[in-house]
Amino acid sequence: MSLESLGWQGLVVLVVFGVSLLIATYCTYAERVIAAFLQDRVGPDRAGPFGLAQPLADAVKLFTKEEFFPSGANKALFIFGPCLAMITALMSSAVIPFGNFLKFGDTVVHLQGIEINVGMLYIFGIVSLGVYGIMIGGWASNNKFSLLGAIRAASQNISYELAMGLALIAVLMMSGSLSLRDITLQQTHAGGWHLSDIFTWNVFKQPLGFVIFIVCAFAETNRTPFDLPECETELVGGYHTEYSSMKMGLYLFAEYVNVFVATAVMSVLYFGGFNYPFQYEFLDFLNKAGLSADWAHNLFVLMGVVAMFMKIFTGIFFFMWVRWTLPRFRYDQLMRLGWTILIPLAIFNILLTGGLITFHVIQ
Amino acid sequence: MESLSNRAKKLEKKPMTLAERAYLPAIFQGLSITMQHFFRAATKKQITVRYPEETRPFSPVFRGLHVLKRDEQGRERCTACGLCAVACPAEAITMVAGERKKGEQNLYREEKYAVSYEINMLRCIFCGLCEEACPKAAIYLQADKMAPPRYERDEFIYGKDRLVEPVSPDNRSKRGIQLTPEQADKLRGQLA
Repeated sequence: MSLESLGWQGLVVLVVFGVSLLIATYCTYAERVIAAFLQDRVGPDRAGPFGLAQPLADAVKLFTKEEFFPSGANKALFIFGPCLAMITALMSSAVIPFGNFLKFGDTVVHLQGIEINVGMLYIFGIVSLGVYGIMIGGWASNNKFSLLGAIRAASQNISYELAMGLALIAVLMMSGSLSLRDITLQQTHAGGWHLSDIFTWNVFKQPLGFVIFIVCAFAETNRTPFDLPECETELVGGYHTEYSSMKMGLYLFAEYVNVFVATAVMSVLYFGGFNYPFQYEFLDFLNKAGLSADWAHNLFVLMGVVAMFMKIFTGIFFFMWVRWTLPRFRYDQLMRLGWTILIPLAIFNILLTGGLITFHVIQ
Repeated sequence: MESLSNRAKKLEKKPMTLAERAYLPAIFQGLSITMQHFFRAATKKQITVRYPEETRPFSPVFRGLHVLKRDEQGRERCTACGLCAVACPAEAITMVAGERKKGEQNLYREEKYAVSYEINMLRCIFCGLCEEACPKAAIYLQADKMAPPRYERDEFIYGKDRLVEPVSPDNRSKRGIQLTPEQADKLRGQLA
């Protein structure tokens, strides 16, 4: 990799970082507006046009709040907890391919922080680290509600990570690669009006695996109906009971970054990532429209980035839609669902996929 | 035993069907209900009243802030008979009566008038009995105005400066205009 393309790649990493934060910021706004609409209310509309400056106002509020340390709290860990939650949330976006590559003459810029051939494992590793942020914060607060919330988060994440991993194995069996870029490219729409080309997304090949994956994604991001770690009706605020000011903000923010990453991973694994229907017809059209080959390619790729983000936004909307529809699970129900239903189902899905691959029904 | 209303539903506890146990159909049902509400926000008229910009209309029989009326010639109608104070169940009204002097005929309609007239808005229950008791049609509870919130308790004791209807016919036609004591004095001086 030349120095120049390394510089470009660094720029891509910065852009991905900024975009993750921006999307997480506006998730807080979208959450409130969507919640309001689902409940026949108006939602925030005072700060700026349509309340669009609301996240800014929230940030100012959080920064100017009192920084509170509970007595008996482990101060270093108390600060470290939210930082870790935020770092792990942001790190996992590094391997997600937001688009194919751009071409500027000889320079090639991959629209992905870093391409590694174990991308899926990397994400899994980082996501399971994420629970440390919650665990450390809950433990350092010296509060029984925080500790209970943290323990719940830990056991919930461990339980659902199993089912999620097993659901993914079926996808990996079909793709034969752990690289997210490869998995995306395998779901390419070949183009044309053939019916078989429309169903290239993994979600059509792995419907059961997808259902298991999305249920686990809800649990992994601690979103309703699995938001037991913060469960305000039982545990005050769960692991962030004692937190105030921007440390609290970081926890809430990390949740939205997690939602963003989870939906991004979901669209890569199951919804074809940066592929979009009739993309090669679009490329042909651009080439015939008299653009240079590079620019036709670049426009075609940027369209893919737009498609990817549309998939992500749809996913985020779905997360919020579910949050404001379903009530929270009881803790024993959560554990029973994870261990006695999702894991056996995921194993069944692996066997089914293996059988179908062996008999060449799918490849 | 015979039920009184015959509306009691008999419930049977049946084992759940597979669809019920799978929970997913119920989830989609719930999601479709919330989605209907989501689109209702765009299509139907919103219930929300955006308060500082819009206000809800008062009921025509609303009993709000008191006003001491003047007659057609701008004279105070109240004669300080005290019937409103007697009728008041909350004992919110106090007044001091005085005799009209020569040259004050344009200020007070009768020979006796209220030198001071105070209503404690913290005691008042806005029942409207003072309005019913008044033989001179002097006190009314306005249908379009409320006693606003204030920081100090003594600010809730409304004297004549805030109760009596403004003098000038222009102001009188517009309900809800309050004069400062200085403005009221100035107007009285002009009339005298």
